[in-house]
Amino acid sequence: MRRTLVADRAATIGLWTLAIAVVSILGAIIGHFLLAAAGNLNPSFLFGDPGDGTVGGVGPVLWNSVYMLVLTLLITVPLGTLGGIYMAEYAGSGRFSQLVRFSQELISSVPSIVVGLFGLALFVNATHWSFTALGGALTLSVFNLPLMSRLTEGAIRAVPDDERNGSLALGTTKWQTIAHVVVPIAIPGIVTAIILTAGRIFGEAAALLFTAGLSTPVHYDFANLNLGDPRSPWSPFHPATTLSVYIWKINSEGLGPFVRQIADTSAAILVLMVLAFNLGARGVGRLLQRRATGA
Amino acid sequence: MAIRSPEPRIDEITRAGAAPPVPARFPAVRVMATPPMPPTPTARPVPKLAMEAVSVFYGSTAAVRDVDLSIAPNAVTAFIGPSGCGKSTVLRCFNRMNDLIPGARVQGRVLFNGEDVGARDVHPVDVRQRIGLVFQKPNPFPMSMYENVAYGPRRHGVRDRARLDEIVERSLRRAALWDEVKDDYRKKSGLALSGGQQQRLCIARTLATDPEVILMDEPCSALDPIATLKIEALISELRSTVTIVIVTHNMQQASRVSDRTAFFTLGDDRSGRLVEIGDTLQIFTNPREQLTEDYVSGRFG
Repeated sequence: MRRTLVADRAATIGLWTLAIAVVSILGAIIGHFLLAAAGNLNPSFLFGDPGDGTVGGVGPVLWNSVYMLVLTLLITVPLGTLGGIYMAEYAGSGRFSQLVRFSQELISSVPSIVVGLFGLALFVNATHWSFTALGGALTLSVFNLPLMSRLTEGAIRAVPDDERNGSLALGTTKWQTIAHVVVPIAIPGIVTAIILTAGRIFGEAAALLFTAGLSTPVHYDFANLNLGDPRSPWSPFHPATTLSVYIWKINSEGLGPFVRQIADTSAAILVLMVLAFNLGARGVGRLLQRRATGA
Repeated sequence: MAIRSPEPRIDEITRAGAAPPVPARFPAVRVMATPPMPPTPTARPVPKLAMEAVSVFYGSTAAVRDVDLSIAPNAVTAFIGPSGCGKSTVLRCFNRMNDLIPGARVQGRVLFNGEDVGARDVHPVDVRQRIGLVFQKPNPFPMSMYENVAYGPRRHGVRDRARLDEIVERSLRRAALWDEVKDDYRKKSGLALSGGQQQRLCIARTLATDPEVILMDEPCSALDPIATLKIEALISELRSTVTIVIVTHNMQQASRVSDRTAFFTLGDDRSGRLVEIGDTLQIFTNPREQLTEDYVSGRFG
């Protein structure tokens, strides 16, 4: 009796310690970069054009990060969600679905630099697009699609069969049941999948070096709406250095006097963006679920 | 056997094959005594539901074997018997819910208004719209009560707001839930209700598709006695308009709510079978089979 009580106590303390450690690490990361960025985190850094003699700005790079996020999610979320639904509800457990699952795991564990080289061969050279945002987004989708579909599959599987049977017993079809009961219940899980996928888009550098490129114009002309023009920031065919790639680049190659400050401040922005996206996605997810379930 | 053999022929002559061949299970004397009359309510012209030599297999093992029975319209029929004897499996044959279990296979004929629900051109979706099922564990959707009840009609194409409002209110009233929820049923989640209310919400959800039959699979086993009594009262209310088949492990419940009772048991081969079906009073006071007698008097099961 005594021993079990001690073990119970130890488990409680141990788990609390781990939880606090996780939160502290997150706090330390955010705190460190916010402090390092303290003087420089202002609108002119955020939205301004980069210059040689100044600390700022990262405007074009920040734009590229957001652009890459949206473009990749546009490819990944619909396909990944449908793939996850297929794997959870239709594929069963035969040889084919085993092969699909095995492939998903394999692609997810391939080093991203290798995926980058694959992207270079396919989306840069074979297509003759050169370095483009679209090439980068497609390369990111190579490992984000399996991730998205795997996580969605988990979320769909976690919906209890009681809910499915309740709907089917009312004489609804399988697809009606999935669309109107299963997916709405799985929305929080699907949102988590989108957040994790988005995290990899924000954070990825290696896979984008050879696909979206390292060059960025110093100034974007947002009035240029010609989607075929590689100089337009709206065009999927413009070369797009993201914030992560930019941090890597100036940290390893930068020579200016303010390299350290630029890198730290960019890192702070990146962390804040991920945070904002997280909270935003959860909010949107809650709204979606409320609309879908009417409760 | 020799005494029973003439029965089907008498039956065929008197009723010209209108009903399934039930009388094999009845004592010959009763049929002989009143030849032109149906021997019991089972033999009404077309039973609402019937089974002919139905066996259900999970993989290669038989869960139930050779069930023949018929269910009278607008009456409550209770399925009783020990755990694992296949009562729920038989129940789920009526609206083809067994189709959803991988490896499950149904042999024999299941008839609804005289038509084979297992026929090639019959889609289970159509069967389930007309034969609803209420589950053992209340399973309202995580939506408002309104959306729970409107769910079936919406999926079946009802778009008109006023019409949906009317269906929802009528269904909640029929399920004896209206007075308790009328103030907040549009806003409040079905999950915020008590267990008994949730189960009545599930019944309302089923009633909203206007089924001819409601199957209930131990609907009160997760409920407290007061909630159970409310469901039982509701079943008595509904019996005049809907045919109800209820599986229960509670013999008092069967005797309280049902007009007819079917007793199932586990055979020597570990698969379930129907022992007898008859008027509830007769099953509980004067069963034909010794097995039934032993079960209802509490000697086994």
